Amino acid sequence: MSSKSPGLPKTGGSGSLRRALKFLGLVLIGAFLVQSMLAVQFSPVVFAQGLPDLVNLVGRMFPPSLEVVPDVALASLETLQMAVVGTIIAALLSVPLAFLAAQNIAPSAILYHVSRSIIIFTRAIPDLIFALIFVAAVGLGPFPGTLALAISSIGMLGKLYAEAIEEIDFGQVEALRSTGSHPLQTLAFGVVPQVTPAIIGMTLYRWDINIRNSVVLGLVGAGGIGFQLLTSMRLFQYPEVLTIIIFVFVIILAVERVSSSIRERLI
Amino acid sequence: MLKSERKGESVTELLEVQKLSKVYPNGTRALSEVSFSVTPGEFAVIVGRSGAGKSTLMRCINRLAESTSGEVLLEGGSVTGLSNNDLRRARKKMGFVFQQFNLVKRISALQNVLCGRMVDMPVLTSCFRRFSKQERQVALECLERVGLGDKAAQRADTLSGGQQQRVAIARALAQRPSMILADEPVASLDPESAKVVMDTLRSLANEEGYAVLCNLHQVNLADRYADRILGIREGELVLDGKKGDLGSAEIESVYGAEAQEALR
Repeated sequence: MSSKSPGLPKTGGSGSLRRALKFLGLVLIGAFLVQSMLAVQFSPVVFAQGLPDLVNLVGRMFPPSLEVVPDVALASLETLQMAVVGTIIAALLSVPLAFLAAQNIAPSAILYHVSRSIIIFTRAIPDLIFALIFVAAVGLGPFPGTLALAISSIGMLGKLYAEAIEEIDFGQVEALRSTGSHPLQTLAFGVVPQVTPAIIGMTLYRWDINIRNSVVLGLVGAGGIGFQLLTSMRLFQYPEVLTIIIFVFVIILAVERVSSSIRERLI
Repeated sequence: MLKSERKGESVTELLEVQKLSKVYPNGTRALSEVSFSVTPGEFAVIVGRSGAGKSTLMRCINRLAESTSGEVLLEGGSVTGLSNNDLRRARKKMGFVFQQFNLVKRISALQNVLCGRMVDMPVLTSCFRRFSKQERQVALECLERVGLGDKAAQRADTLSGGQQQRVAIARALAQRPSMILADEPVASLDPESAKVVMDTLRSLANEEGYAVLCNLHQVNLADRYADRILGIREGELVLDGKKGDLGSAEIESVYGAEAQEALR
């Protein structure tokens, strides 16, 4: 390049002003942190005082109830199924959204902004709120929970899929274009093979997260093992609670195993 | 300078580039009124330092990049004014070979070659990788033409660089093009593989009558393979002549002070 090099960063008076502002900023952040701890009544003493009650509670859980095992097993299966169905629905909706929302291949500016907005909107609202809304709309049970998982997963999956698409080797897309291929053919060969492993990996990861989330969603009446947990807690049936916690633990470990082994096989 | 000599010849021009310019929005001139033409069976090599505009020129010809002004004519028809389906038809006639091969890595060599035939296939079935027997046969013949018939079923990313570039050439041939544009086809290859690829490209021009327009930054390769050498410096065509006619002074005009280094 023959043009002059761009100017060096400015020095002089503005430098010390910047430093003063930076210091002021740090002080403000520090003050906010201290105030926040006061506001949440953060107190090691109170925690220490509560410890005996905690030990007592855990003690009352033993031994875990065996009577409820069949019920809990059934509820666990429901949780697992909610997560599977919710995740699959989310993936099916997120893939087309992501193709429209990926900057490098978006076919139109309007569709790009619309799909980005849908993704941001579903991300901005916690799944618990979706669950509350759907329970109000369609009643108690696994269906509102599944809906909540599906809709709230779009935010994450759509965003991650779109990012995966934006990171592809664009040379393969250009190669397809240079052969005169139709835009759909270019998508099917230039983009899809490159993002498939990432999409499957992220979907499995989300399934993993959705298992955990569906436990929480049960607490607002959206089915599954969480609903069982809520019931047992309300009735002070602590041995049942322990059985449920063990089941949750086992499901989560199992799902992690399954998803990581599938992921390994893909790479 | 030698452009005028070519004007008198009575051969039909396959590709005509007329005053092609490209100016980036920031004002950088990538190409300044480049004009030349290529005839069938001709192996024309564009030389120039990296950044001189060789790649941009190539990409403006098949419209992977858009020129600012000027015109590209293929078989007498304008390429620069086309859109959508007409542009796709025109691209089909110009097989493009990339420096980085740009094969679809996770599908087989044969499926990669079939990508070169997709412009004539039904869109939906081809997207699901349903190809007719005839199409597969044509693709296999193209692979055999580059000596890789036995690698048809192999996944593209398991092939060596040289083999991948030959699959890319087969993909270009599958388009049934009238010319091949090769953008630094051997810059990412070892000397052995480079020789095979260059030999293949030359025989396509000299024996099978394709016009081949090839970017190279090494003058020695250009000297060995080209029928004709075009030189580009800072976006301008500064050299156009038959290989034998070029002296070191002319090549220096393309490379400037570093000519001697480049020749070595």
